[in-house]
Amino acid sequence: MHKEIVIRVCMGPGGIAAGGKEVLGSFREHLLKAGIFAKLKEKCSSHQVGCLGLCARDVLVEVHINRNKTVYQYVKPDMVERIVSEHISGGKPVEEWLADDTFKTFYGKQMKIVLADCGKVDPEDINSYIYSGGYEPTREVLTSWIPDDVIDEIKTSGLRGRGGAGFPTGLKWELARRSKSEIKYIICNADEGDPGAFMDRAVIEGNPHSVIEGMIIGAFAIGSNKGYVYIRAEYPLAVERLKIALKQAYERRFLGKNIFNTSFSFDIDIKLGAGAFVCGEETALIASIEGQRGMPRPKPPFPISKGLWQRPTVINNVETLANIPYIIRKGAGWYSSFGTEKSKGTKVFALTGKIRNTGLIEVPMGISLREIIYEIGGGIEGGKALKAVQTGGPSGGCIPASMLDLNVDYESLAKAGSIVGSGGMIVLDEDNCMVNMAKYFIQFTQAESCGKCVPCRVGTKRLLEILERITKGQGRDGDIERLERLCNGVKNTSLCGLGQTAPNPILSTIRYFREEYETHIRDKKCPAKVCKDLLIYSIIEEKCKGCGTCMKACPSGAITGDKKKPHKIDPNKCIRCGACFDVCKFKSVGRD
Amino acid sequence: MIKLTIDGKLIEVPAEKTILEAARIAGISIPTLCHHPKLTPFGGCRLCIVEVKGIPRLVTSCTTTVSEGMEVLTSTPDIEDMRKFVLELILSDHPNDCMVCEKSGSCALQELAYKYDIRENEFSGERRIYTKRDGNPFIERDLEKCIMCGRCVKVCDEVQGVEAIDFGNRGFNTKICTSFEEDLDCEFCGQCVAVCPTGALTGKLWAHTGRLDDVKEVNTICPYCGTGCNITVHVKDNEIIRVTSGKETWNEGWLCVKGRFGYKFVSSPERLTKPLIRIVPKTKGKPEVRSQKSEVKKQKEDNFLPITHYSSLFREASWDEALDHVAAKLKEIKTKYGPDAIAGLSSARCTNEENYIFQKFIRAAIGTNNVDHCARL
Repeated sequence: MHKEIVIRVCMGPGGIAAGGKEVLGSFREHLLKAGIFAKLKEKCSSHQVGCLGLCARDVLVEVHINRNKTVYQYVKPDMVERIVSEHISGGKPVEEWLADDTFKTFYGKQMKIVLADCGKVDPEDINSYIYSGGYEPTREVLTSWIPDDVIDEIKTSGLRGRGGAGFPTGLKWELARRSKSEIKYIICNADEGDPGAFMDRAVIEGNPHSVIEGMIIGAFAIGSNKGYVYIRAEYPLAVERLKIALKQAYERRFLGKNIFNTSFSFDIDIKLGAGAFVCGEETALIASIEGQRGMPRPKPPFPISKGLWQRPTVINNVETLANIPYIIRKGAGWYSSFGTEKSKGTKVFALTGKIRNTGLIEVPMGISLREIIYEIGGGIEGGKALKAVQTGGPSGGCIPASMLDLNVDYESLAKAGSIVGSGGMIVLDEDNCMVNMAKYFIQFTQAESCGKCVPCRVGTKRLLEILERITKGQGRDGDIERLERLCNGVKNTSLCGLGQTAPNPILSTIRYFREEYETHIRDKKCPAKVCKDLLIYSIIEEKCKGCGTCMKACPSGAITGDKKKPHKIDPNKCIRCGACFDVCKFKSVGRD
Repeated sequence: MIKLTIDGKLIEVPAEKTILEAARIAGISIPTLCHHPKLTPFGGCRLCIVEVKGIPRLVTSCTTTVSEGMEVLTSTPDIEDMRKFVLELILSDHPNDCMVCEKSGSCALQELAYKYDIRENEFSGERRIYTKRDGNPFIERDLEKCIMCGRCVKVCDEVQGVEAIDFGNRGFNTKICTSFEEDLDCEFCGQCVAVCPTGALTGKLWAHTGRLDDVKEVNTICPYCGTGCNITVHVKDNEIIRVTSGKETWNEGWLCVKGRFGYKFVSSPERLTKPLIRIVPKTKGKPEVRSQKSEVKKQKEDNFLPITHYSSLFREASWDEALDHVAAKLKEIKTKYGPDAIAGLSSARCTNEENYIFQKFIRAAIGTNNVDHCARL
């Protein structure tokens, strides 16, 4: 009997964090022990793959036997032996470790284009990508298309920039093509910095060749011979895999001189970012590649006319570029069949927060938030009530639970006061304080402001100060109006996208959760019980058994009382750490 | 040429001009802090924002070039509101100690605060606190007054080519500093001081000597070298307290450390104010030619006495006497040894005209071609 066995171990960011390397090692060891490679003459490979999506269940392992797929979740190295002996050798899957139904709904509503090959191809082996049809689009484009064909095809597909602003990619390429210059550049922006977002990382770690291919096709379209991948140094694995992929692409002569024996030559260099969030802004990114401090430059002139070293430059996001080979492969008509009228195709989101199935998802544009949260995401954790969904990271805003039927596309989200952004999606439940969340994001943008323009450097600081005051119970009358005036000013006068969008988290939370701000300011209370300084801990005498557990747990000696008699908390000594609340078995500690 | 309208006024300017430059040509004023006509645009202060028909956002006029048919509004209630907002933010992080500030009266920020009538600040909050610490004798850096306009960084890089300072840190803590925040250790040309719009960079020598409104300004030429930079000497109580140079001068207002800070010699008590004639010691027979050498030797033995010690070998004389003395000596040498025994070497600190006269004198009056100039050495 000839059995074809493939074992895929998730080695995306989530998989590695959960111990994917150890699991893969364990598989290799036990397969060798069982002699599956040699004795049975079975074709068996175990390899590492990029993100499989459902990070909450990592480490995920797919076992394919004669193309029948079985998925295991929460795999630990010590579980591998049983999987090998019972399933791979014995042919009977280990039922209790299989991924359950929610796993199926997680994938059911998704439409994978960019992530389609993540989890299938081995990111460190170019052959694996070529077998899946990779570099075929490049060959076709380079040998039988003219650049205008490529631009037309991308324009027809309706692809828009996936980095946040949503500028039509085909139009950007066309403008760059028309810019007259002997030297042009194409840059892949892989400086993904939004807190909680890891779409680009997953694509590069899972399928780096799709990005390289996108760059080659883009370079051909605009007439560029030199490309850069600007990637943050905090992604060592992505950098490593990208380096391997570039080396292999050069060896196969997909990069370098006279690609596919045409007159077209193209080189790609990697530039490492030094950890500044603002370098994701295209003009700051250019300054950084040039060796300057990463500070944005005013636009116009736009990079498509004067970019890197004053030459026309196209900057595309990782996800945008990764879409390109698939659009060429399957046609613009196929691609534009997904999505809405103005937002075509799919978008990858990093689903995080208080949701059951966290992970990377790819959905067609125009899907409703409800579908994402309740079907793909499996609903809110612990049966709590959904409060809002934050999209677009520090540049985005909150969409309240009442607007759950909103379609996820560029226009609808913008209308609701948020953005698609790079694709962060944080689900918030009743235990999340909106003021505190706005404070978190403004803290982030303030710390990451480059300091060049006044409204961003000083304005965000003042915003942060007011929010800090409010969450400490020192809010004043008129603070909301002050926030609004500041937000408005910062938005309208800042130099770059960072400052212009920094007030969005505040504006959208004021828009939908104004009463929460008012409660903080007027009543000095935090309805979600998050803002520490506004909490008062007390002991409910009727419930207290006088066991003394809270007294032992209190780090500041604020709790006193005799055995078997109700205890007391001294509010002056209490540091509001919540230790007593957590340890009390009788729920006799009140928090208000 | 490009035609555009600014505030309803039709104007024609060369292409590649910015809206700000076009407006200034048309006599329309737009407030700025970070703009400097001799430096590349920065776009950081956001005060020069204007409205351009067809562009949804306000744009900075210092960075946007003009285009055919452009319609620009430089002042609307909205724009003025935003300018006031930005100024309030700058002032919310400023010491506001104009009473004792060196720059008061010539400070661009003070001028704008006056114009926009900013008294109370709605956005007051934390202020950056830094201690002054540079040990150098020329440039005082008061970073609390810095508005991060970047002019100093640009002039140091684009004009001086030194790059001694740059932006450091991020967010509210951004500041202009040297590498690793060490003390300033550059050539101290002071170009940064010249372009600073506030009191963040000032000359240490200027401190508490007099502000701009109570000095007499005298335009003259820098005495240091043949470049001949135009300088403006600020005089108070018949003493130079500061040297500046205007943008409209041929040297575009740029000076070096000597021209800008080296003016103390003017009122130095060590300065020669009368001609001196060397006293030749009376000895028997030949004059003792070794007297000077022995003097040097003596100095060495005395652990290098100051040069002033030589003054004991000179005596003061009138100009007539001194010139007669030189003329007589030159004639004597010329008669005895011929004109080629004499050579003339002129100074780079002389003007062109002076150098011309000097070579004429050596060639025509002395009669030799042995003439040269120190700049060739």
